[in-house]
Amino acid sequence: MTVGPVGAVSGVGEVGGVSTAALSDRFGSAILRQAVICGDSIVWVDASRAHEILAWLRDTPGQQFDYLTDVTAVDYRDPERPLEVVYQLRSLPRNAQLRIKIPLDKTKPLVVDSVWDLWKGADWLEREVFDMFGVSFAGHPDLRRILMWETYAEGHPLRKDFPLRGHFTRAEQTRQALASNPEAHYSLEELSIAEAYDELPEDMRRRMAKGERGFVK
Amino acid sequence: MELDVATPSLDARGRVTRAPLGVAHPGDPDDEFGAEPMLVNLGPQHPATHGVLRLVVELEGERVIRCIPHIGYLHSGFEKLGEYRHYNQIIPLTDRTDYLSPMANNVAFALAAEKLMGIEVTERCKVLRVIACEMSRIISHLVWLGTTGIDLGAFTPFLWSFQERERIYNLQESWTGARLTTSLTRVGGMMADVPAGFEAGLRAFCSSFPKTLDEVDTMFTRNAIWCGRTQDVGAMSREDAINYSLSGPMLRASGVDYDVRKDTPYLDYETYDFDVPVGEHGDIYDRYRVRLEEMYQSNRILEQALDRLARLEGAPLNVADPRVILPPKSRAMSDMEAMIFHFKQVMEGVPAPAGEVYLAVENPKGELGTYLVSDGTAKPVRWRIRPPSFINLACLSKLCEGALLSDVIAINASVDIVMGEIDR
Repeated sequence: MTVGPVGAVSGVGEVGGVSTAALSDRFGSAILRQAVICGDSIVWVDASRAHEILAWLRDTPGQQFDYLTDVTAVDYRDPERPLEVVYQLRSLPRNAQLRIKIPLDKTKPLVVDSVWDLWKGADWLEREVFDMFGVSFAGHPDLRRILMWETYAEGHPLRKDFPLRGHFTRAEQTRQALASNPEAHYSLEELSIAEAYDELPEDMRRRMAKGERGFVK
Repeated sequence: MELDVATPSLDARGRVTRAPLGVAHPGDPDDEFGAEPMLVNLGPQHPATHGVLRLVVELEGERVIRCIPHIGYLHSGFEKLGEYRHYNQIIPLTDRTDYLSPMANNVAFALAAEKLMGIEVTERCKVLRVIACEMSRIISHLVWLGTTGIDLGAFTPFLWSFQERERIYNLQESWTGARLTTSLTRVGGMMADVPAGFEAGLRAFCSSFPKTLDEVDTMFTRNAIWCGRTQDVGAMSREDAINYSLSGPMLRASGVDYDVRKDTPYLDYETYDFDVPVGEHGDIYDRYRVRLEEMYQSNRILEQALDRLARLEGAPLNVADPRVILPPKSRAMSDMEAMIFHFKQVMEGVPAPAGEVYLAVENPKGELGTYLVSDGTAKPVRWRIRPPSFINLACLSKLCEGALLSDVIAINASVDIVMGEIDR
């Protein structure tokens, strides 16, 4: 996997009291790259050890990144470039900020470990990344779409291969909206225990039976 | 009576069929008044949910077992749209995110884009932006105060706060020409300077506004009904507030003294004299106290900013960089060079150097972050809004657990949400 350069890199080291050197000492090859861009410290880490690194950053004295500011993702215009999941961390006691980026190869399944067990605030943020980018978060208790509806079938809107007006034609979108049953607007969580299960579209039932969203009839 | 009910959670007799997840005592099906939980749908068209928010509340008697928020009804894909627009063209989109404080959103985006491009704005511009931010904070908190009062049965403070809000809106309208779609800032400056009479109008507002706040204070702070409805309701501990990534008044009410204006100052906020109110219990009452005090403090900042503005009379407003700031129309029509810059800016936009930036500002609702990624073109690769009310609302399920149904309304009001920002 290649991690392309992201423009003006002004140096590596300490910014805002963030000791990025300590990270490379501790985790070695799992730290892919470090940079300071526009004054922000950024560390690229390997997806397989990301959860471990984030937990370490949260709990280690001297790091104390106790506040998860944001979770998001970036899909670059260059299709060769990996998609990046971005964690904005903040240390309230030390008044420092750090950005952790996890590059994900788009030819493989997009999976990272959920940090819901570390920060409950990650719940909706990770759901939004799942909804908008199709990144799965292993260990998330309730990973389902949040802004788009449950049966939305056009894909993940913030991916660069998603056209601005959607994959379907306007006529198809209208047809689907008119043909959808009212149950389509209830969450799987609610439906999985309701009688309407049998009236669900076949693909939805299949997904639920596979336990994709964590609920099995 | 046989009913063909479409709602999946009701059986043919209109009773709830679904058993709550994780609760192991299903009621007696033959007992008409049995202990079965009831599923109540609140919204999305409900005045007390403050927008198109839908809450599915599971009740045992009057007590909430679970509360599941559903959002997305107002999703407009702003972040996607932003990837197809020049930086200045994104500013009108920011109006429509947190539509109760549009000017503060404009400022937040312009600051992030300027940091990405390495532009330092002028003194006068900074002061005007501080004025814009604090005016927004006051109108946003006034809406919160009024509507929360209504939710809890108090009508009079609603009239007071909306009257005061109207005075700020009039000033905002005289400055930007709009009450909601302000689009006040530009990358490198402002859309317009304040009009004649604006400073006098804002001074008049600043001198009389604290009196209204005092009246609200008299009406609410020691009011037995208000205290009874808000104290110890929807409380969040300090540790939980941090763990749930709350920000703004929600975080400060829980006793965390984090304010972006103090901790990572922007717009020279460190040179203004103001205090950050911090609560103790993290309940609705403390959130009310924090927001009320913030309005007094915003008023103080406005007075200081007006003094500075008077000293900066006639100082330049926009950066003197023709690549970023549009020339006056008269010059663009008469001067060749100005016309070229005008053409290039309008047709090609202003390219930002490749890189990325995250910039947080203290919006009325909490920490509004703007994350911009550029690949060197005039349109961002990614424009991410860190929406404060989206993240604050995510803890609603936890706050409502075990509360009474009537408290759900109060708790939801205390979060101070705006759906335009949550759904984007």
